Formats: sequence, C-alpha cells, structure tokens
Amino acid sequence: MSFKIIVLAKQVPDTRNVGKDAMKADGTVNRAALPAIFNPEDLNALELALRIKDKLVDCEVIILTMGPFRAAEIIREAMYRGADRGYLITDRKFAGSDTLATSYTLSLAVKKLEPYNLILSGRQAIDGDTAQVGPQTAEKLNIPQITYAEEIIDVNSTHITVKRRLERGVEVVKSKLPVAVTVHSSAPACRQRVTKLLMKYKHSRTITELQNETKDYTELYSLRPYLQLEEWTVDDLHADVEKLGLSGSPTKVKKIENVVFQSKDSKVLTSSDADIDGLMKELLGSHVIG
Amino acid sequence: MNNIFVYCEITDDRTIADVSLELLSKGRKLAEELQVKLEAIVIGHDLKGIEKQIFPYGVDRVHIADDARLFPYTTLPHATLIIDLFAKEKPEVALFGATSVGRDIAPRIASAMRCGLTADCTSLEIGDHFENKTQTAYKNLLYQIRPAFGGNIIATIINPETRPQMATVREGVMKKEVYDDNYKGTVHKVDLSVLTEDDFVVEIIERHMEQSKVNIKNAQVIIAGGYGVGSRENFKLLYDLAEVLGAQVGASRAAVDAGFVEHERQIGQTGVTVRPKLYIACGISGAVQHRAGMDQSAQIISINTDINAPINHIADYSIIDNIADVLPKMIKYYKANSK
Ligand SMILES: Cc1cc2nc3c(=O)[nH]c(=O)nc-3n(C[C@H](O)[C@H](O)[C@H](O)COP(=O)(O)OP(=O)(O)OC[C@H]3O[C@@H](n4cnc5c(N)ncnc54)[C@H](O)[C@@H]3O)c2cc1C
Ligand SMILES: Nc1ncnc2c1ncn2[C@@H]1O[C@H](COP(=O)(O)O)[C@@H](O)[C@H]1O
Repeated sequence: MSFKIIVLAKQVPDTRNVGKDAMKADGTVNRAALPAIFNPEDLNALELALRIKDKLVDCEVIILTMGPFRAAEIIREAMYRGADRGYLITDRKFAGSDTLATSYTLSLAVKKLEPYNLILSGRQAIDGDTAQVGPQTAEKLNIPQITYAEEIIDVNSTHITVKRRLERGVEVVKSKLPVAVTVHSSAPACRQRVTKLLMKYKHSRTITELQNETKDYTELYSLRPYLQLEEWTVDDLHADVEKLGLSGSPTKVKKIENVVFQSKDSKVLTSSDADIDGLMKELLGSHVIG
Repeated sequence: MNNIFVYCEITDDRTIADVSLELLSKGRKLAEELQVKLEAIVIGHDLKGIEKQIFPYGVDRVHIADDARLFPYTTLPHATLIIDLFAKEKPEVALFGATSVGRDIAPRIASAMRCGLTADCTSLEIGDHFENKTQTAYKNLLYQIRPAFGGNIIATIINPETRPQMATVREGVMKKEVYDDNYKGTVHKVDLSVLTEDDFVVEIIERHMEQSKVNIKNAQVIIAGGYGVGSRENFKLLYDLAEVLGAQVGASRAAVDAGFVEHERQIGQTGVTVRPKLYIACGISGAVQHRAGMDQSAQIISINTDINAPINHIADYSIIDNIADVLPKMIKYYKANSK
C-alpha cells in the first residue's frame, strides 16, 4: 500500500524586503507589491518528505497550498524538487482567514485526500510567525501532532520516530500514524531543483493560469494530462462558508499603528580617542558599568 | 465576567517556569482591572506543595493535575485536560508562555474551543470596541498587541465574540512581581477521568534538556551584535568587551541567521526581551522587531557606520564609526579609567 505524505506549504511575501508602500490602509498586506517566496520552513518540511520518499519504495508526496492564483508557483517549485503533485486551494471566500479559518480549510482539503499517512508542514510562516496552523490542522483532523521536527529517525507503515528541537534541548518521540508534524528550520535544507523534473513540469498550469496563457496547451495536455494542476474552491471542499475567511476568523485587527521613532537626545560620537575616553569616563562615573 | 487563567509550565526540578510567573504577575493586574479572579493551571507529576510557589503571585485558585503520565509534557493529555477545564470554567482570558510548550499546546486548544489566539504578544491591555458593521459595543476586551508584518506596524488584535481570549507571551516580556507573600488561594484537583488511551499515542523515547548556558535575560550589561559585525570571527571583539565589562553577548536575528552566533542569544520579538542597565548595539540597524526586545534598556549605545540607522533614534550615544575601531578602544579606555 502506498505511503501518502501531504505537505502543507505556503507562498509568503518575503518579509525581509517589506517597504512602507507594501501596506494597505486597513492593515493588511499588499502582497502584490512584494516578492513571493516558498515559506522557508515549508522547504525544510518538503525535504523531510522527500527523504522518506527516497527510502520507501511506494511513496507519494502531495503539496497542498491555499492562496491566490499565483501560489500555484509553490506547487511547481515543489514538483521540480521531487513532489508528485499538488492542489491549489483558492477562492475569494478564503480571503481574510486567520489561522483558525485557514486550518479549517486545510483540514477539509486533507480529508479529500484520505487515506493519508503523514502531514508535514513548516513550524511557522514568516509573514506572521504564528506557528498555529500546523497544530490547529491536526486538531481539526483529530490526529496527534509533533512540533519542531528536526529529523525523522524512523518511519514505517504504522509509526514514526522524530527528533524534536526544543528551546532548551532535544526530544525523540514516537507516534502512531497518521500524525501531523511541523518542521523546524534546523532540519536539513531542501534539495535543489532536478533538471529532469524541471523539464518535465515546467508547463504545468492550473486552469486559471491556462486561461491567461497566450499559447495553446490543448494538445500538450492531452498527451500529458499530469501537467494539469488542480484548483479546489469552497464548493469542491463542501466548506461551511461561515467558518471561512473573515467571518470564520475570531481574531480581528482592531488597530494598526505605524511605528514612530521617539528620537532621544542622542549624543553623536566617533571612534576618536577623546570621544571614547570621555564616554567610558561618563559610564563609569554614573556607575552604569564598573 | 469569568476569570483569567494562566497555564503554568513546570521545570525538571519542579519549579514553575519564569515565563509562567511573569504571566501570573500580568494576569493579577488584568484580574484587578476586570474585577475577576486569577486562576492557574499546573499539570505534571510530583507536584505536592506546588501551590505555595504560585499563591504569592495573587492566584485565587490553582487547578492541579498530578499523574506520572503527565510529566514530561506531551501535547494530547495536557490539551485534553485543559479543554475539559475550559469547557466547564469558561475563562474570559487564557494566557500561555510563547515557549516550545506554550506554542505547541495553545493553538490546539484554541482550535478545539474555536476561539482566537494571538502569538507573541508584547503587550496586553484592557479596552472597549465598537463594531461598526453590526453596531455592537464590546466592553473590556483583551487588547493583544504585537508587532506585525514586516515590523513597520504594531497591531492590536481582539476577539470580540469568542472566549477565552487567548494569547501567548515570550519569556521576559512581562515583569515577574510577587503580589503578596501571604496570599492564599484554593486548590482544585483536576478530574483525570477524561484522559483516554488515545491521549498517550505520542511517546517520549529520549529527552536531553540543557541548562541554558546563555543568560542574557538577566544581564545588567549587554553587548549585542548585528549583521554589521560581519563574521563569526569579528564577534570575538564583542566577547572581549563583554568579558572586560562583565557583560553578556546578544545578537540580532540577522546575525543569528548568518551563523555568527547561536540562536539562544537572539534579542527581539522572536528572541529574548531584555532590560539591562546598558545595551551596546554593534552593527545593528534597529528594526522594530529587534527594538521590541531591547527598547526598555536604561541606556543605549549604538555603534554604526550609518548615521541614519534607526537604532540611533533610540540611542543615548551614537558612535558613528566602524566597530572594529570602536570596540578595542572601549576596552582600552575602560581599563585606563576604571583601575
Ligand atoms: C516576524 C519577524 C520577526 C523578527 N524577529 C526579530 C527578532 O526577534 N530580533 C531581531 O533582531 N530581528 C528580528 N527580525 C528581523 C528584523 O526585521 C531585522 O531584519 C534584523 O533585526 C536586522 O538585523 P541587523 O540590524 O543585525 O542587520 P541589518 O539590518 O543588516 O543592519 C546591519 C547594520 O550594521 C551597520 N554596519 C555595517 N557594517 C558596520 C561596521 N563595520 N561597523 C558598524 N556598523 C556597521 C549597518 O549600517 C546596518 O545599520 C524579525 C523579522 C520578522 C519579519
Ligand atoms: N495558506 C496556507 N497554505 C498551506 N499551508 C499553510 C498555509 N498557512 C499556513 N500553512 C502551513 O502552516 C505552517 C505554519 O503557519 P503559521 O501558523 O501561519 O505560522 C506553515 O509553515 C505552512 O506549512
């Protein structure tokens, strides 16, 4: 029986490059204004999935990502590195989801893929750093969770043994399957794209992407149906609309404030002997040091 | 209105973790403002007398679950007990440490309770809210305040409709304060009959806990290095100064990400929060996530080649020069002047 791994991966704005113009007035992010990347820890999760696939004879790695149309890039990127297929969960009604609504949606998508053996996700996404979606998806699916995985020590058809990286130590835990595992950045980095896979999948598109293509893919896709990436909407998931998007999100942003620097009366010094000598005298004199 | 609950973490030597005591101190203040009671939850093993550590923080009631299977921490049995307790007690507010444990269990509980959770708050306040869409007024909500996206903003998050209002807070963000040494609360033994075999499917096989070697949280003087330090080797300049001053070395996330120093030294929103007497920021630009962890320092010295670096706006002294030139001189003139 095939071993099925579902990897939850998110396309995130590269928060390392956020400029002021990337924020909208309502406090949400204008994602279009930012470079979109594969959430870094989700790449670690993908690597752990691919290592299991390397080891087991019959194993399938499936990517689930929820986001706007362009998030299909995540699925292709994962397939270039060895994932088998993926689903883009996309619908306007998902907009404004907090972690609870997101995990509800993801759990419905996971259920559509039942039976599965393992769910892997990143520990946290760099756009919010909440680290909530993994455990919340596990709860919605009523399966156990293992957070902060660094290494998968052993896996068979019924159990998994995982090394966890904690703030102050490490732990090795064993769980029965299925289980949801969130992966820490200390896990091995993801392998690079494989040229053969890049060639194989570079024309894969979702339906929406195909509609925006000038080129006609009809013939190519009839020869290679695996190039078609699937999109799932609210209807496909039979989701309860009340539990989605803004209405399904108990957390509300009340207020956002731009951070204003309160300038102190700062003394400006240089590395001149006189300046540093004077500074050390002042600090010693006021007993801040010494 | 119902009460405020704090989940208390237990260390290997059966003391309550600092982060939990800090949350109790904050919880006490919130409880007074809301005129409700403060309750604590302790789950573990060998907990006899543990309440004595807790009551002085102004705790009115402590819920204790004591069983060999409950220590060390695993997610499911702790979550099951808390979800059951919350279903009965219906807390108004529930606070957890933003630790390996707190960030593992809180989302699971929030999902089960279908309530909101805000991670890594830097401040918690009480306030009102008026929802224009539904024309509804809400009184005394928990404002969960945290730096958000990219750090250019501070967001105030609320959960108008769902309870408990849940938040996690990092160690060191709130101040630990004993409320009254003689404060007396009551003890409630938690009902363990809700636990089933299914709660124990995850088994700990090995566990190595390290005493943290680094103790920047309580340091009086901190020399922190950023990406501008340039390399692991250059960090030696900071260690040298730290040794002379009896200080600890901290770092920005960029320095940690670059591999110059270990993660334990990271200061800021996703690191430790510190309040030393003196903070020397070396080659740190001063992004809001970094400042969130150090702007309460009594005095700040910035060493940065760029006069426009934001860190200079909050510094008492800005040394606009290369750290390679400044740090050795600081050592030299410290020695010359201290004797
Ligand atoms: C959700 C989130 C959470 C985050 N949490 C944290 C956190 O907890 N802590 C944290 O620190 N960051 C955090 N960050 C990252 C933060 O936004 C900044 O990217 C980071 O603090 C920058 O580190 P830095 O100042 O060392 O590097 P840079 O911004 O690259 O600054 C380097 C500075 O060094 C100066 N410099 C260069 N060479 C020299 C020299 N020779 N001598 C003197 N000065 C020199 C430069 O002028 C510059 O000002 C977080 C980001 C996000 C999105
Ligand atoms: N929209 C999404 N689509 C797919 N996976 C997601 C999504 N949001 C979060 N995740 C997964 O959950 C992890 C934690 O996210 P967060 O709770 O937002 O920090 C991420 O690293 C992803 O693996």
